[in-house]
Amino acid sequence: MGYSSELIKDLKEKSNLIRQESIRMTCSAASGHPGGSLSEADILSALYFHVMTIDPQNPKLINRDRLLVSKGHACPGWYAALALRGYFPVEELSTFRQINSRLQGHPDMRKTPGVEMTAGPLGNGLSGGVGIALGAQIQSLDFHTFVLIGEGDFQEGCLWEAAMFAGFHKLRKLTCIFDHNDSQVDGPSHEILDVSPIKEKWRAFNWEVCEIDGHDMTQILDAFAWAKKPHEKPTIILAHTIKGKGVSFMEGQAEWHGKAPNCEQAEQALKELQEAIQ
Amino acid sequence: MTEVKMLREAFGKALVEYGSEYPNLVVLDADISASLKTGEFAKKFPERHFNFGVAEQNMIMSAAGLATTGLIPLACTYATFSTMRACEQIRSMICYPKLNVKIIATHGGIEVGWDGPTHQATEDIAMMRSIPNMTVVVPADATAVKPLLRQAIELDGPVYFRMGRNPVPVIYNNQQRFTLGEAIKIRKSGKVLLVAAGIMVSTALETAEMLADEGIECGILDMHTIKPLDGAALLDFTKSSDLVVTLEDHNIIGGLGGAVAEWLSENNPKPLIRIGVRDIFTESGDPKELFKKYSMDSQYAFTTITKFFN
Repeated sequence: MGYSSELIKDLKEKSNLIRQESIRMTCSAASGHPGGSLSEADILSALYFHVMTIDPQNPKLINRDRLLVSKGHACPGWYAALALRGYFPVEELSTFRQINSRLQGHPDMRKTPGVEMTAGPLGNGLSGGVGIALGAQIQSLDFHTFVLIGEGDFQEGCLWEAAMFAGFHKLRKLTCIFDHNDSQVDGPSHEILDVSPIKEKWRAFNWEVCEIDGHDMTQILDAFAWAKKPHEKPTIILAHTIKGKGVSFMEGQAEWHGKAPNCEQAEQALKELQEAIQ
Repeated sequence: MTEVKMLREAFGKALVEYGSEYPNLVVLDADISASLKTGEFAKKFPERHFNFGVAEQNMIMSAAGLATTGLIPLACTYATFSTMRACEQIRSMICYPKLNVKIIATHGGIEVGWDGPTHQATEDIAMMRSIPNMTVVVPADATAVKPLLRQAIELDGPVYFRMGRNPVPVIYNNQQRFTLGEAIKIRKSGKVLLVAAGIMVSTALETAEMLADEGIECGILDMHTIKPLDGAALLDFTKSSDLVVTLEDHNIIGGLGGAVAEWLSENNPKPLIRIGVRDIFTESGDPKELFKKYSMDSQYAFTTITKFFN
């Protein structure tokens, strides 16, 4: 599908800003999870700045589209996207993980505007999305529910309970996005517990699958346009991504899953990111 | 002969009535709807009933999702499966964000009998009680189920509602008032205070009758809400008591016995005897025989209490 070059440029710029804020937040908190925040940034940018029907001024609108970030540790990216979209001031991002902050180390739906579901313990987001999709069905509400998952979610058994249920009940307004960066705390996922074959697994659970480069904005928008079309089944977007995307020394390095950059590293990372949008 | 009724049958009946009254009530099952007696609700409100199959974590977590859309989900299964298989979902995803989900459990305690320890929940109350934002309700008989269930539904927040499997004596008539968080003063306070919950309330009544024949007067509190614990009732009833005895179909660690022990030591220290499962796994068998073998029947309570005074 054709998208204007302004749109693509704008969304890429937003993902770049999400990445910059993720670096600033984890650096200033001296903790948190930059790697996955950087890999999911393009997906978040597309969802919050183009795909989802939302109103940050009315975050509880009954018919809003929902995004649940099941990989809750990657909340620097989520918080950055929410702040940039106007759910709360960008300046507040500097309070991440600090006492009295609305921005907890893992997302708390009661504290942070725009956070649809508390997250952190992996594998739960898809079930939360199933419940929300059922809630929409029961009350004849017309909105789309998106759930972003990572390798850790993929390895949890309860995710497959949800996948089986959603497939069986044909929850067609439920879309899962797999931020497949092939990396987790202890190293590359294909060495720890390989998740492949991916497409075959989801098809076997009665889902429709689409595979993309999770950093190609046109492909991302195409995938969401496909997901929003009427389907007979729930849909999953298998997005191939790179952990730490956009920062040379973080890319593909599992050690950046839950390690914060120090000041020097953050400065280097921000320099690289800023240069990329100049 | 005393009339006996199943609490879960009373639950199933109440559910049908509340289904009409509360249009936002949703019932979730995990393949044991026949046990939970949700069939009538499912027949009458098929669009508000979902069977999740044997997948308790998904059921409980989906309940969290449903609650965010303004519905009131009742997630129904055996006590062991909800509180243990889906413990994290209850703790981190329902209680932490204080979502309006009701965990409806049957088969609490060793009164499950024949199915054996894997299906006898004897730690569930301790687990649920230690989670912030959770209210823990253990009705004593079939009459108590309907009014307490209504209050559980109307309470905005998570509730653990625990029932047993078997028919148990009906204690209350329809005039009895039930209020969440307020113990029922079944017998005036005496030298001994029996604090009981669930099916052990009828055991407390039997014990009190036996002790009365020996000239030992007992007060009885039905502590149907274990959390929040009714401290006012305990304060009132422990004034005249030389001994407090708790009776529960649960491990004596962490449940009603634990809760009362905590309250007494902080507020009004008194000698305490905890009757319940003594930190062991029991076995399969007829519940009556199990209660006798594992020192949880009225005869044991009677003997222990009389020994205390001799």
